[in-house]
Amino acid sequence: MISERESAAAPLAESKYEAVIGIECHVELKTASKMFCGCPNEFGGEPNTKVCPVCLALPGALPVPNAAAIEHMIRAGLAFGAEIPAFSKFDRKNYFYPDMPKNYQISQYDMPLTQGGAVRYWLADGTRRECRLTRIHLEEDTGKSTHAGSGDGRIAGSTYSLVDFNRAGVPLMECVSEPDIRSADEAVAFLDALKRTFVQLGVSDVKMEEGSLRCDANVSIRLRGAAEYGTKTEIKNMNSFRSVHRAIESEIARQTGLLERGERIIQETRGWDEAAGETHSMRSKEQAHDYRYFPDPDLVPMEIAPATVDRIRAALPELPIARFERYVDEFGLGVAQATQIVDNASLAEYFDRAVRAATTPAGVVNFVLGDLSRLANEHGIDVAQSRVSPEALAELVALTDAGTINSKVAKDVLARLWREGGSARAIVESDGLAQVSDPGALAAFVEGALGAHPKSVADFAAGKENALKFLIGQVMKASRGTANPTLVEQVLRKRLR
Amino acid sequence: MAGADDILACTAREIAHAVNARERSAVEVASAVSGTVAGRDRGLGAYLTLTPQLMLAQAQRVDERVAAGESLPLAGVPVAIKDNMCLRGTRTTCGSRMLEGWTAPYTATAVERLLEAGALPIGKTNMDEFAMGSSCENSALGITRNPYDRERVPGGSSGGSAAAVGAGLATIALGSDTGGSIREPAAFCNVVGFKPTYGRVSRYGLVAFASSLDQIGPFARTVEDAALTYDAIAGHDRRDATSVDRPLETTAAALRRDLRGLRVGIVKEFATADLGAAIDRCYARAYADLAALGAELVEVELPTAKYGLATYYLIAPAECSSNLARFDGVRYGLRVAGADVGEMYEQTRALGFGPEVKRRILIGTYALSSGYYDAYYVKAQKARTAIADDFKAAFAHCDLIASPAASAPAFTFNAKSDPVAMYLMDYYTIPVSLAGLPSLSVPCGAVVPDGGTRPMPLGLQLASPLFTERLLLGAAHAYERHTRHAEKLVPA
Repeated sequence: MISERESAAAPLAESKYEAVIGIECHVELKTASKMFCGCPNEFGGEPNTKVCPVCLALPGALPVPNAAAIEHMIRAGLAFGAEIPAFSKFDRKNYFYPDMPKNYQISQYDMPLTQGGAVRYWLADGTRRECRLTRIHLEEDTGKSTHAGSGDGRIAGSTYSLVDFNRAGVPLMECVSEPDIRSADEAVAFLDALKRTFVQLGVSDVKMEEGSLRCDANVSIRLRGAAEYGTKTEIKNMNSFRSVHRAIESEIARQTGLLERGERIIQETRGWDEAAGETHSMRSKEQAHDYRYFPDPDLVPMEIAPATVDRIRAALPELPIARFERYVDEFGLGVAQATQIVDNASLAEYFDRAVRAATTPAGVVNFVLGDLSRLANEHGIDVAQSRVSPEALAELVALTDAGTINSKVAKDVLARLWREGGSARAIVESDGLAQVSDPGALAAFVEGALGAHPKSVADFAAGKENALKFLIGQVMKASRGTANPTLVEQVLRKRLR
Repeated sequence: MAGADDILACTAREIAHAVNARERSAVEVASAVSGTVAGRDRGLGAYLTLTPQLMLAQAQRVDERVAAGESLPLAGVPVAIKDNMCLRGTRTTCGSRMLEGWTAPYTATAVERLLEAGALPIGKTNMDEFAMGSSCENSALGITRNPYDRERVPGGSSGGSAAAVGAGLATIALGSDTGGSIREPAAFCNVVGFKPTYGRVSRYGLVAFASSLDQIGPFARTVEDAALTYDAIAGHDRRDATSVDRPLETTAAALRRDLRGLRVGIVKEFATADLGAAIDRCYARAYADLAALGAELVEVELPTAKYGLATYYLIAPAECSSNLARFDGVRYGLRVAGADVGEMYEQTRALGFGPEVKRRILIGTYALSSGYYDAYYVKAQKARTAIADDFKAAFAHCDLIASPAASAPAFTFNAKSDPVAMYLMDYYTIPVSLAGLPSLSVPCGAVVPDGGTRPMPLGLQLASPLFTERLLLGAAHAYERHTRHAEKLVPA
């Protein structure tokens, strides 16, 4: 989240260098079954209980693609305005790794399911940015290795390793961005945008803690204004958006230091060490794998029918960026408020329904993010699950805006709506809670209060302003909160003059 | 009660008829077969594993189903299965040290369908390691001999299945064909061997060698039995994405008596190959027989067929280098310990794979490498397309193409120690495989090879357009009925 970011150690704004950053991120797709077999796509479970001949790569087993995962890819691509080519295919990426059962990963090399497009996002100060996407392609996840005997779970010094294949074959999309990002803040804001969009589309849960979003960053720096890119490094092992921010800042500082000392940046893969707070070299370009990509002969090329693309496009929900712009540009919401609502899909739905029923968005925002959210938090439920219907809330806002009830009464009415549901107007009418703004109608309450509290009257006459506040309170109490407090004060001052 | 000789001399059609008519029980067939096969396979080596208990249990199920009124197309028919197809609870070795101790936990679709059709599994047959070879000599687990001359090879890679049927140790068998691995051993062992159109028979449960070429098919002593077996195993399978979902016609019901109205293409470029006077005469006679049955012989051109071998030996190794990566000692099969996981991989694969498998993994890895991919793999794919286009053009002028099935009759052990000499055995079958076409080998005579003492069988390869199995088997049946070559040879 944007709010998690740390302040930059060495603000690049003052530096003569500019960072150039591209992001590659892997997102596990939300599907019932795995990418190429019928095993459940669920996080966790006893090791090796969600496996079959296909995802264990037993001799003779064959992959069959999951149509739902392919539709998710198209959905994600369309959300970012990507091109959906009419043909696509799967390729094999060959390398040996113990938790990759076939010793090749089924992935996509030169004909991904989506090409191009752009992610529009916003920064904490509301600045809009855009980062072009190179592609989004579909592949399968690996299993997980656990190293034993070394005491710390690391492979170094371990005596044996255990492999859990429950995750092997889970559908994974890889989003590759163009190098359009210029700071760690932007990188995190970009990732936030990806995350909220994927959640909104229902293509992924994007749970970083369950590893369903993992990302690498390509980082280089260049002199501000330069056209050429500098030598890049690829940063891996960043386990949270916070570590993405820290790692990029650290890498920019490292590269800046190298250039300032007249040293050369080496193209290499570097791992982020969360504890040490720095990146360290993993392998150089010369040691890079030759993955020997070739079309997977077990899978036939995919033909994506235009009708399929049209159907998916027609069913796309309003995207977070569009919602954000509507809230900020049309409704005049603040960036933080708009972000808070956009990031909570059910709240946003609720908010939109209430706004549609209401006269002004501003009053709705105050209730939704204020008292209503507080009540929801206290009860541990979502706003959308409460008894307060968006329409009732809109009524409440309208009654408040019109001055029919004051804010104190509004709180009480909201509390009743929360407990009982129903219509705000009905509650106000049946309980006679409408604000009393007629000076004549107030006179009885005022006279009653003055008569009952002569000491306060005397105190006020002696110059004690607080006495007036007390008397206003007494009038409000007597009127069960319906009196217009401003008017009460006016009438009292006039009477006591 | 009928003896084993009696039963194994019968065709699949005859056995299924008798069992369905309850003239003979499947259990009787199973008992008779399991009582004799082990003994008669000594000295032949067709089988790596026998499955008498499974066969008996299956026979009991077949009898129950027949008793319940079902009629099964392969009721009680004893079948041998190449050891690269999974059969649940049975070891599946692929003729390799790597899988010598591996028991399959599931059953291949083709095998499942055979069992569903009532066939009785006799056991698993020997093969060149991971289906790479043309003589069965590349098996790490034993020697298989040719039933017609024990000093000679049965062909390969499906040599065990061909030998089992040729020697009368199975009524039918399943093999797999990547570049000729059904047709060449069928020719060597005097039996019918049929490779269907790529995609017709599910590959699920067939241990992959080259995925874009591998296809399961039957061995039988008659074309009709091959057709019956094919009908039982063919058809779409959701578990194989390359299996074709299109209507299937039964072939066994469409066998022809003659070839009237058919044009048979004789390949111009193949005519120049000098296989030796006796062999050339034999094929000339075969083509004349086709004409005698009413076919019109036409000359067709396959100008790119000569690139078939080179093309195949890039594509197949490229795919196998990736397909065989899973044999790493991590999850199953052989594991040879090492100081770390890398050394375990190296040791396991060094000891688990034989020299031909290693050769092809190396060739394939090289062909896919960065910097060589375009020059080798991509070029080979283009050549493959050109070859397929040539066949398509040729089939504008003919309905079937006839050629030799192999470059020579069965040779003696160790005669082809040069790998390329071995590869050349499949000169005629490989282009057909690259084009994905259905084709078969049917016995077409015999010659006494140079240095040999006994006549050895030859096979006629017939190929036809994609998905024309019905036409192909129908024509082969007419030729077989007319010539009856298989019956003229007696196993040694």
